[in-house]
Amino acid sequence: MAAETMDTMELPDLIPERERQVLRKGDAQTAAVVDMECNKASVAGSVSQRACVFCGSRVVLYPISDAIHLVHGPIGCAAYTWDIRGALSSGPQLHRNSFSTDLREMDVIYGGEKKLEAALMELIAKHRPNAAFVYSTCIVGIIGDDVDAVCRRVSRATGIPVLPVNSEGFKGTKRDGYRAACDALFNLVGTEPTEGLGPYSINILGDFNLAGETWIIKEYLRKIGIDVVACMTGDARIQDIGRAHGAKLNLVQCSGSMIYLAQNMQKRYGIPFKRVSFFGIEDMAAALYETAQFFGAPELMDRARELVRGEIDGIMPELKRYREKLAGKKAAVYVGGAFKAFSLVRALRLLGMQTAVVGSQTGDKDDYRHLQEISDPGTIIVDDSNPLELARFCMEKNVDLFIGGVKERPIAYKMGIGFCDHNHERKEPLAGFVGMLNFAKEVYGSVCSPVWKLTPRCAERYVQRKEAVS
Amino acid sequence: MTALGKGAALKNERCYEEVGGDPVTQNACKLCTPLGACLAFRGVAGCIPFLHGSQGCSTYIRRYLISHFREPIDVASSNFHEQTAVFGGSAVFTAGVGNVLRQYQPAVVGAATTCLAETIGEDMERLVSDLQKANPTTVPVVHVSTASYRGTHIDGFHDAVRALVAQLAQGGAPLDRVNLFPGMVSTADLRHLKEVLEDFGVGYTLLSDYSESMDGETWSRPEKQQPGGTPLADIRLAGRGKASIEFGRTLAGRETAATALAEKFGVARHLVGTPIGIRETDRFFDVLRLVSGRATPEKYQGQRGRLLDAYVDGHKYVFEKRAVVYGEEDLVIGLASFLSEIGVTPVVCASGGRSKRFAESLREAVPDLPAETVVREDFDFADIEAEAARLKPDFLIGSSKGYAMGKRLGVPLIRVGFPVHDRIGGQRIHHLGYLGAQELFDRVVNTILERKQAMSPVGYSYL
Repeated sequence: MAAETMDTMELPDLIPERERQVLRKGDAQTAAVVDMECNKASVAGSVSQRACVFCGSRVVLYPISDAIHLVHGPIGCAAYTWDIRGALSSGPQLHRNSFSTDLREMDVIYGGEKKLEAALMELIAKHRPNAAFVYSTCIVGIIGDDVDAVCRRVSRATGIPVLPVNSEGFKGTKRDGYRAACDALFNLVGTEPTEGLGPYSINILGDFNLAGETWIIKEYLRKIGIDVVACMTGDARIQDIGRAHGAKLNLVQCSGSMIYLAQNMQKRYGIPFKRVSFFGIEDMAAALYETAQFFGAPELMDRARELVRGEIDGIMPELKRYREKLAGKKAAVYVGGAFKAFSLVRALRLLGMQTAVVGSQTGDKDDYRHLQEISDPGTIIVDDSNPLELARFCMEKNVDLFIGGVKERPIAYKMGIGFCDHNHERKEPLAGFVGMLNFAKEVYGSVCSPVWKLTPRCAERYVQRKEAVS
Repeated sequence: MTALGKGAALKNERCYEEVGGDPVTQNACKLCTPLGACLAFRGVAGCIPFLHGSQGCSTYIRRYLISHFREPIDVASSNFHEQTAVFGGSAVFTAGVGNVLRQYQPAVVGAATTCLAETIGEDMERLVSDLQKANPTTVPVVHVSTASYRGTHIDGFHDAVRALVAQLAQGGAPLDRVNLFPGMVSTADLRHLKEVLEDFGVGYTLLSDYSESMDGETWSRPEKQQPGGTPLADIRLAGRGKASIEFGRTLAGRETAATALAEKFGVARHLVGTPIGIRETDRFFDVLRLVSGRATPEKYQGQRGRLLDAYVDGHKYVFEKRAVVYGEEDLVIGLASFLSEIGVTPVVCASGGRSKRFAESLREAVPDLPAETVVREDFDFADIEAEAARLKPDFLIGSSKGYAMGKRLGVPLIRVGFPVHDRIGGQRIHHLGYLGAQELFDRVVNTILERKQAMSPVGYSYL
C-alpha cells in the first residue's frame, strides 16, 4: 500500500499542545468513543483557520438586510467583511455595504464615541433602516468607548432599535461572537405583535440564505403547510425577528451559532427547539419529518412524505450518474461548525465516498463524540486545525477531495486535490434536495476533472499505480 | 496609551471631534496596514508573516490575499486573549514565534503589530529581545509597527520593506548592484522587472519579490510554504548597492527602504513614478541607465516601438474617452499618466490612501491633467460612485471592488491592481514597463470596442 499513502516527511509533527485535539478512530472492535480536547483558545503561532469573536457575530447577523451594520473601529474589520457572503435578500440590499467608523489615530487617543454617534445619525437619516447593529472591534473597549450608551441615545433619538454587539475580537473565540449576535437578536425577539400567525408556525435558526437556500427550505415547508415566521438570519427583516416569539417551534440548523438563542427563546417564551440539518437527502428529509411530527397533524406528515418522495425521485437519476463516477473516492472535510460536518459525512457516503479526515473550527465534546460514532475506522478527527496539519492528513490519507472554505482551497489545489467550497462565500445552493444534486455536481466537477492527471503529484501516483499493477 | 503618546507622527492629524467631516466610511477603497506588511514579508524567501494581535486579523488577511492570488499564505498570530490585553503580549509572542520556528523552520519571521497590540502599547523591540532571551534563535525576527488606524495597506507594505532593509541590510565595500523597491505591484510586474534587471546585466536586490511565492507552481510534494521570494542574502547586500530605485511619487518626503539605506550606508536614492505608460517607463529606464552605467538593451527599444505603434493604431477609439481611476495612490498616478498620454481623460482620480501628497504628485506626473478632474485621497467607494454618477465616464479602471458600482452605473470596469476577486488571473495582470502598457492599452481599446458593438443594433463584426 506504499503508493496509497503519500510522503509526509516534509511536514512537521503536531505542536505538542495540540496532540489531544487530534484523534484517529480505531477499528470497529477497539473503538471506544472518547472525549477530545476542544473548545479552547487556539495555540499561539499555530496558524489556526479560525477567525475571531467579531467574525462570529458578523457572519450571524450579516444577512439581515433592512438594518445598518456599522463596524466601530479601524478599517480592516469592515473592509474584510464587505459583501463577503452569498446571503441573498428578496428586498433591501443594505447588508451588502460595509459601514465603518474608520477610526484614526487621534480618534483612538481621544475616543470614538462622538464619531460613532454622528455616524449612526447620518446612516439612519440617509438609509432609513429598521434597526442598526454596532459591532465593537478589538480596540473599542480598550480606548474606553461606551458603545452601549451611544446606542441608547441614538435609539431614543431615532426611534429604531440600535443594538450594540460586543464582539471585540480577542475576548474569546468565534463561538463567543455567535453568542453576542444571539444576544442582539434576542433583544429584538418579542418586540412586535404576533397576531395572525397560523397554527403551524415555526422559526428557522441558523440558515443564512446563501445562494437562496432559505427560499428552498421555506418552499418545502410551505408545500407541507408550515409557515416560517422568521428565519434567523437568512433574508431576515427586523419585523419578522420581532415576532419570532409567536412561533411554535424553532428549527436550529447551524447549531453552533444559534443554539444559545434557541435556549433563551425556550426559557423565556417556552418555544421548544429541534437540531436539524438541511444538507444531504437523509438530513433534509429527517428535518421535514420531525417538523411535521412535532405538530402531530397527519396531513402534514402525508404531505412531507409526498414531497420527499417526489424530490428524491427527481434527483436520483442524475445523482446515480455522479455516484458511479465518485464511488470509492476519499474526502477530507474541514468546516466551521461540526454539525455541518455530520451532514457532509452522510452526504459523501450517499455518493459512495469515504470521509477520511474530518474536523471543525468550533466543535464541542459532544460534537466530536458524535463524529467518532459516525466515522469509519481510521478516520482522522481534528479540532481547530491548521494548514500544515491539514496538508499532512490529506497526504497521509491520500484524499481525492477537500471540502472547506476559501482558506483551505489552496491547501488542496497545491497538492493536486479536488475542492468543494461549503463555506459562506459559495454561490450555489447546497441545502435541500436540489442542493444535494448541486453538491454532487460540484464534487464530481472537481474530483473528475482531467487537470489532475497533469499535476505532478497525481501524475506520479498514476505512474506508481500502473507500475504496481504490471 | 504609551504607544500613542509619541507625537511626531501626529502633527498633521486631528480627531473627528475637532474637525468633524464624514464620520462614516462606506465600502472602503483601502485595506488595513497589516495586510500590506504580510504581503511584503511573504515576498521574502522562507519568511513567515506573524501578526501580534487577535486571531481574526491573520485569518481575514489570509482569506483576502488568497482570494486574489489563489495561493496559500500562512500568516501566524500570537492570538491575544483577554488576559493578554491586560498583562501584555510578551508570553504569547514568544510562544507563538517559537511554534512558528519549530513548525516552519523559516528563514525569517516578519512580525507586524495590529491595532490591538499598538493600542495597549506593545513595544516590538522589547518583545523581540524578550523572545531572544527566552528562546534564542539565529533566525532573524524583523518587526514593524502597523497600527491600522495609522495609514492603509500601502503604508504597511512600505513600512515592512523598510523594516526588512533597516534591520537586515549590512554595509561593506560597494558592489555592482542596484536595489529596486517597486512597492505593491503584481506578480507579472515583478517577473518583468526581474527580466529588465537581468537584461541590464546588473546585480540586484528586488524587494519584496512575491512573484513566485504568491504565484507559483503546483507542487510535486507537500511544501511548508510556497517557494520563492527575495533571498535573505540579497537583503543583506542591499547596504552595498550602488543605488536604490524606488517606485511611487507619493513617497517623496516619506521614510522608506531607500531612505533607510541612504541614511545608514549612503546608498543613493532615486525615486521615480510607478512606470505605467511610455512617459513614466522612459523615466525608469533613464534612471536604470544612469545607475547601472549600461545602455538600455535593444529589446526594450523594440517593446517601446511596438507600444507606440499600437498607440497610433488605436488612438481614435480612445480619444477624449472619460475614465474613473481608483486604487492605491501611486497606481492611480501611473494609470492617469498612461491614460492621459493615449488621449483618455481621467475625470476622477481617487484613492483611499492619505499620503497628503496625492494631488501634488499626480499633477506633477500628469501636467496635462485637466484642472476640473476630481482628485481625492481618503475617498471611499460611495464617494467615488457619487462622482462617477455625476461625471458619466466611459469606463472605470481599478480593482474588482468597483464592479458593483460599474454595474449600477452601466459602465464597464477594466480590472487592474489589487484585489481582483472575481476573475482568474488577477494576480498576474501586467501593468509595468512598455510591455505592461501594451497589455493595458489593448484592454482599454478593446473594452471600448466591445461596448460599441454591444450598444449597436447593427452588429458590426469589423471595426
